[in-house]
Amino acid sequence: MAIMRPSGDFDRSYKQDMTVIRQRWQYILLIMTLLALYTLPMYASEATVSLINRIGIAIIAVQGLNILTGYTGQISLGQAAFMTVGGYTSTLLMTRMGLNFFAALPIAALTAGLIGLLFGLPSLRVKGFYLVMATLSAQFIIPWVTRTLWQDTLNGAQGLIVPVPVINLPVIANQCFLSTTFNAETAQCAYRFATPSQFIYITLTVLIFTTIITHNISRSRLGRAFISVRDNDLAAELLGINPFAYKLRAFFLASVYAGIAGALLASNLRHINSATVGLNDSVLLLGMLIVGGLGTSVGPIFGAALVTLLEEIAVVLTPLVITVAPDLAGGATAALRPLIFGLALMLFLIFEPRGMAYRWNLIKAGWRLRPFAK
Amino acid sequence: MNWQLLPQFAITGFLNGGPIALIALGIVLIFKSSEIFNFSQGQMLLIGTLSTWWFWAEEGLGLPLWAAIILGLTVSAILGLLIERLTLRPMTGQPLLSIILMTLALSQFLQGMAILTFGTTQRNFPAIFEVTSPYKISLPFFTYNNNPMMLILKQNLVWSFGVAMLCVILLWAFFQYTRTGLSMRATAEDHETAQSVGIRINHIFGISWALAGIIGTVGGILIATASGLDLSLPIVVLAAFPAVLLGGLESIPGAVIGSLLIGLTQGLVALPNNDFILGAEAAQVIRSSSEIIPYIILLIVLVIRPDGLFGQKRIERI
Repeated sequence: MAIMRPSGDFDRSYKQDMTVIRQRWQYILLIMTLLALYTLPMYASEATVSLINRIGIAIIAVQGLNILTGYTGQISLGQAAFMTVGGYTSTLLMTRMGLNFFAALPIAALTAGLIGLLFGLPSLRVKGFYLVMATLSAQFIIPWVTRTLWQDTLNGAQGLIVPVPVINLPVIANQCFLSTTFNAETAQCAYRFATPSQFIYITLTVLIFTTIITHNISRSRLGRAFISVRDNDLAAELLGINPFAYKLRAFFLASVYAGIAGALLASNLRHINSATVGLNDSVLLLGMLIVGGLGTSVGPIFGAALVTLLEEIAVVLTPLVITVAPDLAGGATAALRPLIFGLALMLFLIFEPRGMAYRWNLIKAGWRLRPFAK
Repeated sequence: MNWQLLPQFAITGFLNGGPIALIALGIVLIFKSSEIFNFSQGQMLLIGTLSTWWFWAEEGLGLPLWAAIILGLTVSAILGLLIERLTLRPMTGQPLLSIILMTLALSQFLQGMAILTFGTTQRNFPAIFEVTSPYKISLPFFTYNNNPMMLILKQNLVWSFGVAMLCVILLWAFFQYTRTGLSMRATAEDHETAQSVGIRINHIFGISWALAGIIGTVGGILIATASGLDLSLPIVVLAAFPAVLLGGLESIPGAVIGSLLIGLTQGLVALPNNDFILGAEAAQVIRSSSEIIPYIILLIVLVIRPDGLFGQKRIERI
């Protein structure tokens, strides 16, 4: 779809051609949105903040999946397993090695990336449906490993308690500012990201970084190579792009994102075990990607937000269902969640397989072409 | 290690593969005719088995068991037809990802439907076969402490296996001798050629979904009668997926042999006990690996021989 611009908006240099945010009002809008998000804990309820938190973490995982599935065309049912790897790694680094969360996060991401690379290796041999099965096996093997092996370190099926991420600030004028508390051990002020309304700062900051990086990957050489592998791997090879190398890179990147999301999720929930995220979550993440729009930068954001909100609707509808069918009491939410998600995904697949991102583009184009378009 | 238990565990595992084979066959049937891998097979058989229970139970209709089973199989056939018509027909010509996600979405939707209609409680499924008094067979040639070795097999296990194999034979006869079966094979071979000799391939797709629903539900009933019925029933298909790939996606004998091999391996990993050569801890790990051993086999198959044991060789650039 052609890029629609209002009349009179021309590029006068390459730099201008490459800018993401083109106009002043877009800048203003962006800054206002970010301000609204960062100040959310001040006026929104804890439940809302917690919801935004979950959406943010889901967006990061879906962005990774978008690189692998949306741009490179390799379907993966193992994203949640790599989230588990990230969560366990960051937790172990914090509890066993005494690392700060912000040092543990990149290492956890890299570890998840390497494990993802390992399970991406079958992509050298098989593709399409067979690759789905290979990633599905990751989804079973990794949680089993965390449940069964190294019981004294990983604590078996019970899992681990995750420490609160702490940021240490110097003491200024014998006082601690910004609602931090004095930590006698380090003689510094500690800010603890304990509640969702504190943790959301981490989620939002990481999310901004991953969004910028993903968008830039998609329009740089790497992303164009991914897309060429997806669209025609033979032609890609003729253009000097090694499909295997790029598939593995996509697997690595997708798992890095999963690792980040997993580490964030573990620290947010303060607990991780093999059942924290599972096969259902892998399906959910793929569903978010489809609902949002494959191979688009805004797709993961739309998809994760809509699907998470649908899950919330399931919770809201629960009392209604219980009044209709009282003997269902315990199972109403368990029934409504998969029901609503499955239905939404099926409707999107049949009626709008290009996802919400495409609709969004249509709306934008229609707005720009007004009054000549409907 | 107690080697004298080897035949016992091996044969129990092998017999457990029988119901898995039926579920795997359902997946292969659909894949053969329409190249769709049905991730929702587990939920289809869950709904089929739950409705069988409902037709039989006091809280439901309270019909005799044979009538309940016939009605339950009818429900699953209708469900299969509906799924094909409503969700997969519109997907014709869509990319692989959409079709895979459609069956995954279906599995979520059907799981929700099952909970919504039948609730979360554990059900007592009627025992179809004799449960008490297992068969005792003394093995020839094998002795243990100068006594002949005994195999102890639960009656329902043996009979489930028998029923499963009977279904396989019936299915084979259906494909070999009936007009519908032959047109299904023709459709599997080539859609255009099949259409040009007057086969309605849309009907064939529908029939294969209905048939997959029926034999999946037979498998589900066999499992439920042995180990009770609750919402975790779909977990059994997680053993059927690797079995299908091990046997080869398009191969009906492959699905059966693959399932029996998966069952056999799952039986064998339960064998190591505390005086295992590598120590008690290793034995513990191996015993608990019965849920993932199918997936380890799957990974090995994918790397060494992606087409499986009996699948069609596809020459494909990757």
